Amino acid sequence: MANRPLRIVIAKAGLDGHDRGAKVIARALRDAGMEVIYTGLFQTPEQIVQTAIQEDADGIGLSILSGAHMTLFPLVLEQLKAQDAEDVVFFGGGTIPPEDADELRKRGVKAVFTPGAPLQEIIDFVEAECGKRRELVG
Amino acid sequence: MIDRPNGSGAKTAPGYLRTGPGSGAMDRTISDVPLETVYEPDDVTRVNEPPGEYPYTRGIHKNGYRDRLWTMRQFAGFGNAKQTNERYHFLLSQGQHGLSVAFDMPTLMGYDSDAPQARGEVGKCGVAIDSLRDMEQLFDGIDMGDITTSMTINGPAAIAVAQYIAAAEKKGIPRTALGGTIQADILKEYIAQKEWIFPPRPHMRVIVDMIEFCTAEMPKWNTISISGYHIREAGSTAAQELAFTLADGFAYVEAAMARGLDVDSFAPRLSFFFNSHIDFFEEIAKFRAARRIYAKRMRERYGAKNPKSWQLRFHTQTAGCSATAQQPENNIVRVAFEAMAAVLGGTQSLHTNSMDEVLALPTEKSVEIALRTQQVLAYETNVTNVVDPLGGSYFVEALTDEMERQAEAYFQQIEEYGGVIEAIEAGFFQKEIAEASYRYQRSIESKDRIIVGVNQFQRDEEQLDMDLLKITEEVAQGQARSLQDLRATRDNGKVQQTLDRLQQACRDEHDNLMPHLIDCVNAYCTEGEIVEAMVGVYGRYTERSVF
Repeated sequence: MANRPLRIVIAKAGLDGHDRGAKVIARALRDAGMEVIYTGLFQTPEQIVQTAIQEDADGIGLSILSGAHMTLFPLVLEQLKAQDAEDVVFFGGGTIPPEDADELRKRGVKAVFTPGAPLQEIIDFVEAECGKRRELVG
Repeated sequence: MIDRPNGSGAKTAPGYLRTGPGSGAMDRTISDVPLETVYEPDDVTRVNEPPGEYPYTRGIHKNGYRDRLWTMRQFAGFGNAKQTNERYHFLLSQGQHGLSVAFDMPTLMGYDSDAPQARGEVGKCGVAIDSLRDMEQLFDGIDMGDITTSMTINGPAAIAVAQYIAAAEKKGIPRTALGGTIQADILKEYIAQKEWIFPPRPHMRVIVDMIEFCTAEMPKWNTISISGYHIREAGSTAAQELAFTLADGFAYVEAAMARGLDVDSFAPRLSFFFNSHIDFFEEIAKFRAARRIYAKRMRERYGAKNPKSWQLRFHTQTAGCSATAQQPENNIVRVAFEAMAAVLGGTQSLHTNSMDEVLALPTEKSVEIALRTQQVLAYETNVTNVVDPLGGSYFVEALTDEMERQAEAYFQQIEEYGGVIEAIEAGFFQKEIAEASYRYQRSIESKDRIIVGVNQFQRDEEQLDMDLLKITEEVAQGQARSLQDLRATRDNGKVQQTLDRLQQACRDEHDNLMPHLIDCVNAYCTEGEIVEAMVGVYGRYTERSVF
């Protein structure tokens, strides 16, 4: 089990069709040796967390560019809690103003990446944080 | 502001040196088109193509901008109809020529503001329009017979046109007097923007119904705005944007001709919408090539006889994807260059992005700067004085030819799939774009591409010194209350009756949907109700995602 690659769910929620970022991140994480499950568009927070649990994912990366981040990120956090999956590393990105990003981090989103964030930094973050989770959960 | 350490500061970055790895590639365009160091007379193969003459490479007007400037049209919409109406009054008072409606996601996807799918999205990236009531409010105090309006909506485009007609007719303005454009380009939704409702084939029927209706009843209305903007934003190259957009355009032409419409009856009212990205000359070449390819096809393949049918008219928006969240003030400069490329490329109308759009919807202040950028361009730089001033440039002419060549190669591939819809179903466009966008992102990672403030010339401390526009959840609550009130006070018998008739029409290929949609709208059916009725017949589309 220990050598199994990290598994990451990359998710798009709500009605937001901007999937360029999500796809680029999915591809970059895959190229970095992880197993990536891309949910496709228009997922509900419930579906996203379900997917993560079913796939035994180490992390969820949520991409939102429609302005609905302050609703949908907290709903995913709620679902993680409700389904006893708070160990899953939850991060995200998109068109998110700094003030909102701070607030989301306070509420438990592990990292918020905005446009321009280098892929390597995202990969490093996922490897480190999800790696820690893997050590704890096994 | 963001979860990452910043790179080296500006102090250590040698801005004047561009050699060696990590300093940006100079031997190709942003789309990886290889470039010579210098271009020479031999690189130009074409003889002079005068502006205003077929194939219009140098522009569709003989006198260029001397006779008429481009239309300065800023896309706007946020919150509820009342808030957006106020912004429209402001923009018109500042010298803007036409309006451009941005709808919120639920409206674009055909959901009412109180639908569960709309959670968190109401009024966020555009204005919420649930029913005719909102459309009336949106144009309150605005003379709909005097201005032109562009509406960026695709899935429910036919419903939006019906609402616009109904709102105008309530003010006593006949539909024949309405000027404007509806985007209604559903093909690029499957390719790039992903705001679809029905599967491609029934969606095409709805679009052709609308083209047919507007051709007969709305002489000043542009029935479709075939859009490359979103294809480019999704990560395509310039040539892909050009080729995929024109291929979509030809698909609509073929569909309308298959309906029995004479090409010259509808083609003069087709228009295009392109992106203006940061690679200055490549963009200019792209616009020039677009006109030439379009003219040739319309005349030679589709047999159009009216020169208006050969002329590709286009709106341009500066590239949202070229804007950076880092040092957002720099976006003002990017926008200015991109806008100039659009003007040198001969655009008919232009939207300049606001510097803060990479973080939120723009504030009034940043929108004003964006509009002023166009005014400086139009009135101070004098680039408008001479038609196609870059015509004859060895480089620009060679690059125009190269764009055309690459587009033709893509047309060939699309034809091998059997057409645009077949290529969509096979995931061809989606794969090509995903591939290009990943390559581009990698080139930024490797510093093969330099983005100022992002991978070079960063500030040690990123500090945002800017107010951002906030949309509160009150908008959603207000829309929900208004919907409740609407459903309680309208004639619900009539609602049901009009929706039933619409469903029947959906099942009958020979019945045009537009009159039925206008009836539904006038009965104050909500957009969500109308869409549900249609989904009952057509179903909803789901995508097989590729990355």
